[in-house]
Amino acid sequence: MNQIQTNNIAKSYGQTEVLRQISLSINSGEFVAVLGPSGCGKTTLLRCLAGFERLDSGKIDIGGQTVSGPKRHLLPENRGIGVVFQNYALWPHMSVTQNVAYGLKISGVPKKERKARVAHVLDLVELGPQANRRPSDLSGGQRQRVALARCLAMESRVVLLDEPLANLDVHLRGALEEEFAAFHARTGATMFYITHDQSEALALADRVAVMDRGRILQFDKPEALFRRPSTETVAGFIGEGRVLEAEDIRPLGGGFASAIVLGQPVKLRCNLDQDARAHAKISFHPGDLHMIADAAPDGICANVTRATYRGAYLRANVMAGPSGAVPLSVDIAAPASLTSGQQVKLALNDGWVIPTTHPTCNHI
Amino acid sequence: MKPSAKNSQILLGSNRVTVYNNMPKRLFWTLRPELGLGGERALLLALVLFVGVLSIAPLARLAYAALVTNDGFDLDRIVDVLGGRRVLEATVNTIWIAVSATLISTVLGTIAALLCNLTDMRKRSLWVFGFMLPLMIPPQVIALAWVQAFSPASPLLGILGWSLPPGMRHPLYSMGGIILLLGLYNGPLVFLSVRASLQRLPASMIEAAHANGAGHRAATLDIILPLIRSGIFAGAALAFVSAIGNFGIQAMLGIPGRVPTLITLIYRRLNSYGTSALNDMALLALLLAVLTVGGMTLTAWLGRQGDQRVETAQRPPRIALGRWGLPIVGIAWLYHLIFLMLPLSALFGTALVRGYGQPVNFETITFQNFSNALFYHEGIRDAFLTSLWVTLTTVAVLIPVAVALGYVLTWRQGCIAQFLRMASEMAYALPGIIIGVAMILFFLRPLPFIGTGLYGTVWVILAAYMSNFLALALRPILGGYAQLDRGLDEAAQLAGAGIFARLRDIVLPSLAPAVMASAILVFMTAINEIQTSVLLVSSRAQTIGPMIIFLEEAGSSTLAAAVGCLMVVMVLVLMSGSLLLGNRLPEGVLPWRD
Ligand SMILES: Nc1ncnc2c1ncn2[C@@H]1O[C@H](COP(=O)(O)OP(=O)(O)OP(=O)(O)O)[C@@H](O)[C@H]1O
Ligand SMILES: [Mg+2]
Repeated sequence: MNQIQTNNIAKSYGQTEVLRQISLSINSGEFVAVLGPSGCGKTTLLRCLAGFERLDSGKIDIGGQTVSGPKRHLLPENRGIGVVFQNYALWPHMSVTQNVAYGLKISGVPKKERKARVAHVLDLVELGPQANRRPSDLSGGQRQRVALARCLAMESRVVLLDEPLANLDVHLRGALEEEFAAFHARTGATMFYITHDQSEALALADRVAVMDRGRILQFDKPEALFRRPSTETVAGFIGEGRVLEAEDIRPLGGGFASAIVLGQPVKLRCNLDQDARAHAKISFHPGDLHMIADAAPDGICANVTRATYRGAYLRANVMAGPSGAVPLSVDIAAPASLTSGQQVKLALNDGWVIPTTHPTCNHI
Repeated sequence: MKPSAKNSQILLGSNRVTVYNNMPKRLFWTLRPELGLGGERALLLALVLFVGVLSIAPLARLAYAALVTNDGFDLDRIVDVLGGRRVLEATVNTIWIAVSATLISTVLGTIAALLCNLTDMRKRSLWVFGFMLPLMIPPQVIALAWVQAFSPASPLLGILGWSLPPGMRHPLYSMGGIILLLGLYNGPLVFLSVRASLQRLPASMIEAAHANGAGHRAATLDIILPLIRSGIFAGAALAFVSAIGNFGIQAMLGIPGRVPTLITLIYRRLNSYGTSALNDMALLALLLAVLTVGGMTLTAWLGRQGDQRVETAQRPPRIALGRWGLPIVGIAWLYHLIFLMLPLSALFGTALVRGYGQPVNFETITFQNFSNALFYHEGIRDAFLTSLWVTLTTVAVLIPVAVALGYVLTWRQGCIAQFLRMASEMAYALPGIIIGVAMILFFLRPLPFIGTGLYGTVWVILAAYMSNFLALALRPILGGYAQLDRGLDEAAQLAGAGIFARLRDIVLPSLAPAVMASAILVFMTAINEIQTSVLLVSSRAQTIGPMIIFLEEAGSSTLAAAVGCLMVVMVLVLMSGSLLLGNRLPEGVLPWRD
């Protein structure tokens, strides 16, 4: 009903290719987050979906209807899409009520019904008392909620959000994150949420699309991104991931493989169709490394270069490996003390063999 | 379901969710008929028609008439006309006057901008107001005021007994006089441009220069001037365009002083030969257009060489003038005394005496000139009323057009937007007199449906004003758009509003201050306009702007002075009144506000 389908869409500004062959398939009612470094084309993708930009090639279907494509471009005002802008784009000369009511007025909703609906959504976002204020007299969080209410009132089935929390302080972010989740649960709308804060993306979204330089690197569930990244870039980008070279990969069946990492044999997860290879890249996170007893027969030798107190745990930066030249980070449970220069032994409990690069994304 | 939505207590209560879900859902695509590009296409079409009929078509007609006569394209005729002794002399004079005046304006405007923006000069706002004032007074009034400055009625010089001995040729009736007045008149244009550059100059750059041991002089010469270079040249280009096309000063001083320029040549040929010499006039107008565009392009190109782009919005520091404060501020105010008070007081003095050449004292003082100008002189009253309604109509039409045009120029790409941008910039560069000639040519022939030509009627003047002032109306509005968040428009678009609804409900209210400023600017400029209307006025349709020249030519200097004074008063009232709009206006849209 409200699914979004993009087919190989491309967009350039002059010589710069901003979007390259993006294909995404978003289910009706799904909450999708788009994550990526600054300038990778997230906003441009959103503007293409909303209809503010014309495509160079490819097509976009929303709800089964082609809205952008060769020789076809449905104007934004006819797409029935809601957008929450990064800076909210509240009309400064209108009161909160007028801002929320404007779309209803344009679509010809009778005055009485309009009033009722506006009052209702303002109640929902708890802005009833501020209804007659101008946007300039509201706090950042309240403005955010007006922008949400404007979307709610239109009952858009597809809502696009461009870094809606970027301008807010940390405390407010937590509260509003919950509000987005509630918004989604309440409306069942398809949500397309741009952010470059990965904890936000991982916490909110059903699926996350990781973008880099105009391409989608991986589009998957948060847990899959974390545990089974499909490229080195994704592996390095999500959750302080670390990528290392491993040797002698032998599949053990059932999605496991043995390998040699930093001179030590380890058991890793891998794709079911992983083949035996002499070399491969593997990824893991700081939490996958553990300190073991110095007397243990094997284990990765490492030298502590710096230990930082992080509250619940101690973050140790170490130089590891046979030649002591590979920097790693290890988390150690809190009541522990490490000093710089100390020798430790580490074991890698878990890791993921990054699949051999697909032809589609090897030249990014 | 996502963990956060499940775990967190849903903020707004689940009982309301059901209520919400029972509400009728917005029908996704079927609610509104698909209009395609309907509204926006119509708007673009209307704009192209407006600009096409009022700017492009007359100018194309002018170019055609200049090159092709009834006998077809005749190169010999063109060489003949352009090679004539009078034309050559006028061309050389025009170039020389425009270039020299531009130099004066550039130096003057730059120094004034440095003084106002970088130092802690006191009473700066008042000084800036005084500095901008001449630019808002019609040039023919300024010229008239200067002519009166050496008359016995001039309070400043008259008291000193420094008036011109009778029979002696007026020193300003000369090439030097024209250059001086044009240079002073256009200084404010350079000032505005340089000031805009200075406001973008970060304080840290100047502080870094001082930290490296540079004094004020070195910092100004080595750091500030190179960084505002593009602003200086942009201002110089404007000053050049304005000087070469300034009919008021060139005619008031050049005709009695026998210094022919291209503009006065066109004017005098129309007066002596009527419309029979239109092809030759068109050719001269084309020559003037080529000189204008050439000079402007050259200056703009020079400004781009080695352009340093600085992008910050910090305000530059105020250099304390210290012990130099008194002398520098003294010189600054002395400038106003000499170049503003001297001519204006002389203008008022002349307006207050019964006959030209009398000094102002208790025996000669009279308000008869003012009462004549205001109440008894029918020609003046009719001209003023004509000017008033033509100006008001122009404002009423141009403002909506400029808002729509600004929308397209700011937020739309594509070849139509490109065409509109080019056309509006061209109209800005060309001197009004060229528009005047173009309008005569365009409207001389009987119109298809009306059956008579419009030449000689007030309608041509109205059309010329629309064509001439579109670019002026556009400038503050473009400034307003630059400060407007595009998301506001896009959000309304998503709410389903079409282009006209958005212009009315979102853009216009947000732009209101810039629109006000634009209306004031156009009104002030058009009400006293002379450059285009001087060619288009006839016995049937007079405007107030050229009236001064006609009165002066007819020997009614005192009446002309009274009309000039009334214009100055009107300008002052409008300027001061607009300041009351105060801080609601975006930065820099009212030139006279500091
Ligand atoms: N109108 C435009 N003209 C030219 N280039 C543009 C335009 N809009 C965006 N770009 C370029 O396209 C690229 C992608 O821009 P986009 O705004 O989509 O990035 P983003 O991923 O949203 O970045 P951020 O996280 O910083 O918002 C950038 O390199 C940008 O400079
Ligand atoms: Mg962005």
